[in-house]
Amino acid sequence: MFADIGTVTRTVRAPADLEGLSGIVLPGGESTTLSMLLSSSGLFEPLGERLGAGLPVFGTCAGMVLLAAEVLDGRPDQRSFGLLDCVVRRNGYGRQRWSFEALVAAPKVSAELGMDDRPMPGVFIRAPAVVSVGPRAEVLATLPQKGVEAPQPVVCRQGAVLASVFHPELTGDRRLHRLFARMTAAHAGT
Amino acid sequence: MTSESVTTSDRATGTLTVKRGLADMLHGGVIMDVVTPEHAKVAEDAGAVAVMALERVPADIRRDGGVARMSDPALIQAIKEAVTIPVMAKARIGHFAEAQVLEALEVDYIDESEVLTPADEAHHIDKWAFSVPFVCGATNLGEALRRISEGAAMIRSKGEAGTGNIVEAVRHLRNIVGDVRRITQADSAELYRRAKELAAPIGLVQEIAATGHLPVPLFCAGGIATPADASLVMQLGAEAVFVGSGIFKSADPARRARAIVEATTHYLDAERVAKVSAGLGEAMRGEEISSLHEHLADRGW
Repeated sequence: MFADIGTVTRTVRAPADLEGLSGIVLPGGESTTLSMLLSSSGLFEPLGERLGAGLPVFGTCAGMVLLAAEVLDGRPDQRSFGLLDCVVRRNGYGRQRWSFEALVAAPKVSAELGMDDRPMPGVFIRAPAVVSVGPRAEVLATLPQKGVEAPQPVVCRQGAVLASVFHPELTGDRRLHRLFARMTAAHAGT
Repeated sequence: MTSESVTTSDRATGTLTVKRGLADMLHGGVIMDVVTPEHAKVAEDAGAVAVMALERVPADIRRDGGVARMSDPALIQAIKEAVTIPVMAKARIGHFAEAQVLEALEVDYIDESEVLTPADEAHHIDKWAFSVPFVCGATNLGEALRRISEGAAMIRSKGEAGTGNIVEAVRHLRNIVGDVRRITQADSAELYRRAKELAAPIGLVQEIAATGHLPVPLFCAGGIATPADASLVMQLGAEAVFVGSGIFKSADPARRARAIVEATTHYLDAERVAKVSAGLGEAMRGEEISSLHEHLADRGW
């Protein structure tokens, strides 16, 4: 997906793979499995140190669960980096039958990229729901909800941490990828 | 209307993207057969990306004989409540009413499976009629494409379930991956002939020619019993693995489950596979294919 916008990527499976990265993506999957494998691969601590030191990170779906300060309906032994000031609920939109596609509003993302704004397609697969967002995190995109006053946050950012409850990689819209590429460039320049 | 249906009325559920999307999220993972909520917990603890809720694992179905049907909804509910990962369940081939029940139970994936006794000898389920995604087994590319044309959002090579013998899974995986490779080398006129030979829709054959891969994720099932088995099928082109009898018919299921998860993740790292394979205790005993009375892979058409 990043190849579409000219960004070079590689897969990280072991601590040595972390060397020389200017950003890292925590993808979708099952957060329980990801948490277990991060520990058994010896990646959890070295990755946590780098993220704490400001390595840009983009978490999608389960990846966002790994970044959130608080996780509801998770497993008690599930580990999180706790870098994003928000509370998420695992499978907050229900089981697979209720997984859905919808348009989200992301005017801040478009503005920051200097692009004309249009709704962003989102694919929500057993997605976590953002229950609340603390003062340190910024909401970048929301899902309009009929019959409910406040739209629900679906993309958040805090410093070098970007997180989305939906899967931007399953659509043709690359705005979030571009935004993250900018964050990594800014980090590399510091 | 409930309040939920009002707030979700502008959301498109059950789309192809949403169905294939969950299969994409299971990529690189292990889906384990479980027959009790306790097994389901063991599977989740070991890092399974999903569980398949069953009354009997394939090895026991094979041993016991009789008609194998959809599991008791009470068991499926109990397993759903025991874990946070996706729960799949099996319906008999062609038994769309069992599939409707499973959809009503809100299982996350339905496996229209040859492991159960087929309910229809000519028709598979019309899977487009459901919002829950389906996985189907296949022994070759033609069968895979017919299932995809009926709406399957994931294909698993069938292998020979309940044998602990990887040879059939390897045969089916090589059949599918090899046929995909041949299609990418065919010219546009040859594609029509290939479609006819495969008894598959020309549109799907053309899609493979253009993309170089199956239109939906390809997983492997049927006979995986060791971490090295998992590494083998991943190297042959599987994107994830189903392990049925191989875990809970072994001496130390929790350890073996975890070892197979790690070997699937690190399938190219032989040292890692060696490490997790050491001292695992006895694997399931397994069966020689030539000694079988019935080949489950022959079910489905």
